Amino acid sequence: MSRQASLVDADWVEAHLDDPKVVLIEVDEDTTAYDKGHIEGAIKLDWKQDLQDGVRHDFIGKDRLEALLSERGVGNDDTVVFYGGNNNWFAAYAYWYFKLYGHDDVKLLDGGRKRWELDSRELVEETPSRPATSYTAAEPDLSIRAFRDEVVDAIGVKNLIDVRSPDEYAGRLLAPAHLPQEAAQIGGHIPTAGNVPWSKAANDDGTFKSDDELRRLYADAGLDTSNDSIAYCRIGERSSHTWFVLHEILELDNVKNYDGSWSEYGSLRGVPVAVGDERGTA
Amino acid sequence: MCGAKTGGLSLEGVDVDNESIIQGVVVRGDAPVNGAYVRLLDRTGEFTAEVPTSATGHFRFFAAPGAWTLRTLAPRSEPLDRQVVASKGGVAEITVAL
Repeated sequence: MSRQASLVDADWVEAHLDDPKVVLIEVDEDTTAYDKGHIEGAIKLDWKQDLQDGVRHDFIGKDRLEALLSERGVGNDDTVVFYGGNNNWFAAYAYWYFKLYGHDDVKLLDGGRKRWELDSRELVEETPSRPATSYTAAEPDLSIRAFRDEVVDAIGVKNLIDVRSPDEYAGRLLAPAHLPQEAAQIGGHIPTAGNVPWSKAANDDGTFKSDDELRRLYADAGLDTSNDSIAYCRIGERSSHTWFVLHEILELDNVKNYDGSWSEYGSLRGVPVAVGDERGTA
Repeated sequence: MCGAKTGGLSLEGVDVDNESIIQGVVVRGDAPVNGAYVRLLDRTGEFTAEVPTSATGHFRFFAAPGAWTLRTLAPRSEPLDRQVVASKGGVAEITVAL
């Protein structure tokens, strides 16, 4: 992939509003945002109701995804463009998830909902109806997904990138500061993980920084791109944003997203934890 | 937002004693600004959180004790920074005038 293949801007979206082969999908943390107004023609995926299993602590599998996208009218040969609030965190998560299940043509709207709103572009309340399809998903591509045991084995061996805010990394906060701090797990980070907050890869308006700025960011953070990398955050959405930067924009193929992230790791028994601003040792 | 009232967001149901709350309203003239984006930056200037303002212009963060910066982005306005100090059990009320 590349920036050109994986990102579109607002002008591109406006030029394709009537293109039936382009499916705009809004994915938000605040799942009511879509109902208050969305880009014309966009459908909604609720990252929790639609994409999470509901029983297992995991996202839905291949069969349920096929049923969901068939019912929502998404075809295998459609160009899917994700956008959302929170600087595209959950849109990036959906992008990663669609890639995992083999959708060929997926893109992110650069800057997401925020850039669109700050530009005072049009939002509508009408919901479109798309004819049902017969969607077929691929088996999950586990080259872009890391599970717990691989992460534990990666301590001191692979690049671990904690993309949460410095206060979450150090253990001073358990969740982003717009959410109540009621999480039950302990604070801290995976030992040897470096802290490169996702926000350093984005401008204030939510658009991604330039390729040169992004390369410099991770070079300055000491990322050895010849080694495998695993990104994580709290629940896997901000790390999808960083996975997008590394794997899609900068075209590094040895990068995984650990979507279990701190909400899983910080609740495990028998694993090491580091607190404070230093990386800690293996 | 439901529960909003003059003087600030309702704290009903919030465990104020155990939180370090920063909240307030974004206004342009006398009118609340819906759909502005308020970012919370830590003492080093690093992003910590961001919320869009509600229909009544309100926002709220559950921070940690210490010094923070609020950066407000809104259509037709330059980004505006305000300094704020949060304390555990306290509610820092901020009015951001664009």
